[in-house]
Amino acid sequence: MIRALALLLACQLTGETLARALGAPIPGPVIGLALLAIGVLIHARVTGADPSKIESTELGRTAGALLGSLGLLFVPAGVGVVQQLPVVGAYGAALAAALVGSTVLTLIVTVYVFLFVKRLTSKADAP
Amino acid sequence: MSNPFAIWVYLSASPLLWLTLTLVVWLFADFLARAANRNPLVNPVLISIALMGGILVVTDAPYQKYFEGAQFVHFLLGPATVAIAVPLVRHRALVMANLLPMAAALIAGAIVACVSAVAIAAAFGAPRQVLVSLAPKSVTAGIAMAVSENLGGVPALTAVLVITTGILGAVVVTPLMNALRIKDFAARGFAVGLASHGIGTARAFVVDEVAGTFAGIAMGLNGLATSLIVPLLMRWM
Repeated sequence: MIRALALLLACQLTGETLARALGAPIPGPVIGLALLAIGVLIHARVTGADPSKIESTELGRTAGALLGSLGLLFVPAGVGVVQQLPVVGAYGAALAAALVGSTVLTLIVTVYVFLFVKRLTSKADAP
Repeated sequence: MSNPFAIWVYLSASPLLWLTLTLVVWLFADFLARAANRNPLVNPVLISIALMGGILVVTDAPYQKYFEGAQFVHFLLGPATVAIAVPLVRHRALVMANLLPMAAALIAGAIVACVSAVAIAAAFGAPRQVLVSLAPKSVTAGIAMAVSENLGGVPALTAVLVITTGILGAVVVTPLMNALRIKDFAARGFAVGLASHGIGTARAFVVDEVAGTFAGIAMGLNGLATSLIVPLLMRWM
């Protein structure tokens, strides 16, 4: 587990360093995610391991444990936000309407555009 | 025997108490969610935040003291984001097969997320500063707060709106997608990760690993897209 944690942290650290060096508006951990994925695939190519069996490795088990309780990790920040609720102020109703309306609309538009383009491209692939 | 008040003074100032309580409250909330058969309305993130916030109010403990303990949990957000590489590698064939749908859904979804929120709040007469704070609400708090601050918004208000959007999306996505009879978990996950960042992604991982993987990708991509779209949108407002 310590080796897997060290690997995850090293990828995040490299990601944070790159994000700052390049001034990119991408969070360091997201760059770290891409680096780790590329690294795992290169490692599999070199050693001949099957990357599809990654979940049974030490890294796979540690990642599974973290992602299985991902919600927990948002609790500390969420508790801080509850204490900031008064900043919503006079526009509470406007903001509530905007959040509900926009979230539902975004989900619907995103899922239908995804499915529409998927159908188009899979038809184009067909002989 | 030592004075119980002295023990409380010691404990409430130590990270140990607040770290332990954060984990125990989460386990309790997660137990409730399991007992409710993962009904989306019984959202463990929302329950934990409400319970923990209530405990802080009742015990009159300052948030700074709480966070000294809870920061160890908060810190894991970074490595957990990196860890999404594992399901990404496992499902890489499915991801590669869906590059075009993802690109199109990203552009459409990111624009709708910003424009619809700003348009609705503007119709209710919200001032520009509130609109700027609202526009990046669908992306991770770190990016959203930076975008909001750069354009003259209120980062604290943005943080509240981001977390609320995350919980809303996580609660709404399953009944909404089921009502629309959408069974493609890649598409469902991508939508909730785009609309509701990490909290939506956490819900997606509970429902289906493919959904979680696509939610994680959407979350990362929308962070980038939104930080480009919001400054353009605000130039027209």
